[in-house]
Amino acid sequence: MADAKGRIELTVNGKRYDLGIGTGIHDVAPSHTLAHTLRETLGLTGTKIGCDQGACGACTVLMDGVPVLSCMTLTLACRGRYITTIEGLRDPDSGDLHPLQAAFVDKTAFQCGFCTPGILLSSKALLEAVPDPSEKDVAQALSGHHCRCISHYQVVEAVLEAAKHRKG
Amino acid sequence: MAPFFRHIGKSTPREDALEIVTGEATFIDDLRLPGLLHGKVLRSSHAHAVLQDVDIQRAQALEGVHAVLTHRDVPAWKAGTPPHARVLDSKVRFVGDAVALVAAETEEIAEEALDLIHVEYEPLEAVLDVEDALKPDAPQLYDAFPGNEIPPGFPAYGPDCLSHLRMGDTARGFSDADVVCEGTYGYDGPFNPLPIEPPGVIAHWETPGRLVVWSATQSASWHRFVLLPAMGFPDIRSIATHCGGSFGSKNYAPLPCFYAAALARVTKRPVRVSYSKAEQLGAFVMRPGSRLQGKIGLKKDGTVTAFSGEWLVDTGAFSDMAQAQIGVGLGEAQLLLRCENWDLRSRLVCTNHTAAGVVRGFGGQELESALMPLIMDALIQADLDPVSFFKKNFVKPGQGYFWREGKWWVSRGADFTPVLDRGAEAFGWAQKWKGWLTPTEVCGTRRRGVGVMVHGNADVGEDVSEAYVRLNPDGTAVVHVCVSESGMGQRSSLSKMAAEVLQLPLDRVRMAPPDTLVNPFEFGLVGSRGTYTVGSAVIRAAEDAREKLLQAAATRLDAEPDTLTTEDGKVFPKNRTEKKLSWSRILGITGTVTGMGRFEHDFTLANFLALFVEVEVDTETGKVDVARVLAATDVGQIIDPARLHGQLYGCFGSAGLDTAIFEESILDREKGYMLNPNMVDYKWRTFPEMPPMENLILETPMASHRFKAVGVGEISTSPGPGAVLMAVSNALGTRMQAYPITPDRVLRAAQKSRKSR
Repeated sequence: MADAKGRIELTVNGKRYDLGIGTGIHDVAPSHTLAHTLRETLGLTGTKIGCDQGACGACTVLMDGVPVLSCMTLTLACRGRYITTIEGLRDPDSGDLHPLQAAFVDKTAFQCGFCTPGILLSSKALLEAVPDPSEKDVAQALSGHHCRCISHYQVVEAVLEAAKHRKG
Repeated sequence: MAPFFRHIGKSTPREDALEIVTGEATFIDDLRLPGLLHGKVLRSSHAHAVLQDVDIQRAQALEGVHAVLTHRDVPAWKAGTPPHARVLDSKVRFVGDAVALVAAETEEIAEEALDLIHVEYEPLEAVLDVEDALKPDAPQLYDAFPGNEIPPGFPAYGPDCLSHLRMGDTARGFSDADVVCEGTYGYDGPFNPLPIEPPGVIAHWETPGRLVVWSATQSASWHRFVLLPAMGFPDIRSIATHCGGSFGSKNYAPLPCFYAAALARVTKRPVRVSYSKAEQLGAFVMRPGSRLQGKIGLKKDGTVTAFSGEWLVDTGAFSDMAQAQIGVGLGEAQLLLRCENWDLRSRLVCTNHTAAGVVRGFGGQELESALMPLIMDALIQADLDPVSFFKKNFVKPGQGYFWREGKWWVSRGADFTPVLDRGAEAFGWAQKWKGWLTPTEVCGTRRRGVGVMVHGNADVGEDVSEAYVRLNPDGTAVVHVCVSESGMGQRSSLSKMAAEVLQLPLDRVRMAPPDTLVNPFEFGLVGSRGTYTVGSAVIRAAEDAREKLLQAAATRLDAEPDTLTTEDGKVFPKNRTEKKLSWSRILGITGTVTGMGRFEHDFTLANFLALFVEVEVDTETGKVDVARVLAATDVGQIIDPARLHGQLYGCFGSAGLDTAIFEESILDREKGYMLNPNMVDYKWRTFPEMPPMENLILETPMASHRFKAVGVGEISTSPGPGAVLMAVSNALGTRMQAYPITPDRVLRAAQKSRKSR
C-alpha cells in the first residue's frame, strides 16, 4: 500500500470492492488482468485460465452482462463495472442453482469441467439476450470456447433445456 | 432380457457435478498453500546445444527470488525408459528444453529472474526427422543411445515386451497372396493432445525424506510408484486435484514434478510449477511420431496372408512410455488384422524436438493411422469393401494374439460383427459407398466421400487395481480407490457400482479423495481400464464388505448369511422383509466393516469401436468438412449413458479425428522451432463446426465382472484419422497418403486427379 497511486472500485457478484492501486498483495497493479484480480486478489478461483492468450474462452466472465475474456482485460479498465463470475450465478437470495447450472448437472454437460464456468457465463448472456435460442444460436454464442473433452453436444442440449425451463 | 439395476445403466448426476457448475471444484492452480513459491523454467532457444555457461548471479540477486538452479546443482534424479532424462543437463536437446529453474515469491518475479539468466550455448547440429536420425553420420542426442536408437522393452511389461512381432512365415504368406502392396507412410504431425488446463505440479518436502506432490493428473499413483525409484526412494505422497483434461498427457509428469521437487528441496517451501500454454504446446508431450515401411499380402477374399515391415517411432528428445506404446500398438495391429504371418519390427528413435508422451490411443492410433494408406492400397487392388474386410479380420472369440508383454492370449470377448453390421446400416453405408476412389456425390466443386476405420484394445483389463469399501453404521459406505477425476466421470461410475452391490442410494456412497496415503494401490485411468479393472476391484471390495456384514448379522438374526440381504443400510431375511436390522444394530455405533478387492491383469477381453465418416471436400478451396460421424461400439453394459456418450464424442478431441484434417504442430524443419505454439495457430474445432454425430451402442454382456461391462474411452480418437483419410480419398477419387489433409494437399491431389481423368 506504500506506493498506492489511487483506488479502483468495481462490483463483483453484487459485492462492491474498493481496491488500492499499487504493488501490495491486496492491491491491483496496472499490469493485472481481471482474471488475475479475481483469482489472486479476491480469491474467486472459479474463473479458469486455460491459455492466458485470449484464445480458449475458459476465463470468460460477464462485464455489465456482456461476456469478456478476463485474461485479456486489465482490471484498471473495469472501474465502476459490474462483473459476474461463476460464483455469482446461483440465485443470490435463495442460493438455488441457475437453470443453466441445473441443466448442466442433469445432462452431465461437461467432462473435465475446466471450460464449464466460462461456457455457463456465455450461455447466461445468450439467454438474457435471446430467451428462446436455436441450436445454431447456442453454437454461435459458444464459438469462442475451447473444449477438448468434447462436451459440445451435451452443452448445447443443456442450454436449450435451460431455455425451455426458464420459459417454463 | 436385460437385467434390472437400481443405478447401473441410468444417467445420474456426477458426484462432483455441483462443484463443477459452481466453480468450487479445485484444480491445481486453485490450491492455496501457505508459503507457496512459484517455479519457472528457463527454456532453450536451440534445438541441440551444449551449455557453455549459465550465469545466474543477477537472477539470484533479484528481490523475491528464493532459488535458481542449473544442471550443476540439481539432484541426480532421472526419468525415462531406460532412465536418461536428468532434471537439468549440460546439454539441451530441443527448442524449449529446460536450462535453469527459478523459484520466487510470485510468478512475475520468477519470470523476471529468467530474463536475468545469461546462457552461452555451443550450438550442435540438430536432427529433426526420424529417418535422418538413423543415418550413420547423424548428430547424436545421448551417449547412452548410439545411433539415436533407444533400446526396446518396457521393464514393467517383463523381459518379453513386444517390440518385434514375429510369427509364421512371411515369405510363404506373400507367395500365397493375390495382392501385395508396400510403401512408407507416416502419422507424425507432431500432434498435441492439448487439454485445456496446462500441466501443473506442487511439491513440498514435509521432512527431508518425505515428499508430498499435488498434481493435475489422470492417475494419481504414478507420481508415487514411478517416481520412487527415480528419486532414490523418498516417501512420496501423491494427491490429485481435479484435472482439467489429460488424454494421457497428464497421466503423470515426471519432469515438472522434478522441477518442483528440486526447487522445494532447496527453498524448504512448497513450490508450484505450472506450465504456460506455450510450454504445454512446445515443451510438454506430443503424440509419438509414427512412420511405417510396410508390406501387406492379401487374398481376393480379404484374407491377410502376410505383413512385414519396420515401424519407426519418433519419441523426440526424451522417451518415457514409448516402448509400452509400441508393445500395445503391435498388439492392437493383430486385433485389427487377422494374419498368420507377421514380421513387424519396431525401432524407437530420438530426435531434436519436443518429447513424445502418453496420448489417448496409446501406440495403436499412431500405428494404425500410418497403416491405413497401405490397407487402402491393398483393398483398392483387391477391390474389397472395407466394412467386409474389417468384419472378416477383426479378432473373434477363440482367436489369439500376442499382447504387450509378449504372451499369447486367446480372446474370450464378444464378436463385434453385429456392431459393424448395425453401424453400417445406421450410417447408410450400402447407399453411400460407391466403390473405391468414387465419390458418394458430386455437386459442382463439392465432392462427398465416405470412410470407415475400426480399432480395438485388449488393455481394458490391464494391470493392478486394489480397493477397500468401508461400511459405516449410519448406513453409508466409503470407497477407497485411488482414482482421480480428469473428465471421464469414473469416480462417479465406480461409486455407482459400489452402490449397486450394496443397494444403497447413490448419495450414501462416498469416494475417498485421490491420495496415495489413504488408498491402496491403483494403476490409474488408462487404457479404458476403469470400467473392467478398477470396477472389478471396487465390486469385489463391496461384495467382501457385504459378505462380512451379513455374516455379522447372521448371528443376530439367527439365520444363515446367504438367506440375508441388505438394502438402504438395513439387513433382513430375503423372505421376511419386515424384519429389518439397521447396520448400526449389527456394527454398533462405534464399529465399521471393511471389504477388500483386488484385480490383476486379464488381456483376454478387448473393446471395439468403428467410426463411419462422411466428408465434403471443396476442390476449389481445398477445405475438408466432416459432414457426419457415426460411432458404433459394444460395451457389454452401459454404466452411465451420458458419461459414455461423452467418451465417444471425444473422437474430435485430444489429437483425434482432426489430425487428419487441420490439427498439427508445425516445426521449422531447419531450426526445430515450433511455429504455432499458441491456440490461435494450433487449430481446434469450435462449437459451430461440430458435425452431426451419432453413437450406436450395443450391450452384449461381456465376461468381465458382475455388470458385464468394458470401457471404451481410450480408443474413441483412434479410428478417426484413418476413416477420414479413406473418406477424402473416395471424395477426391485419388489416394490420400499423408496427414493432415490440409487445403494445399487437397488442391494438389485434385489437380492430379483431374489430369488422370
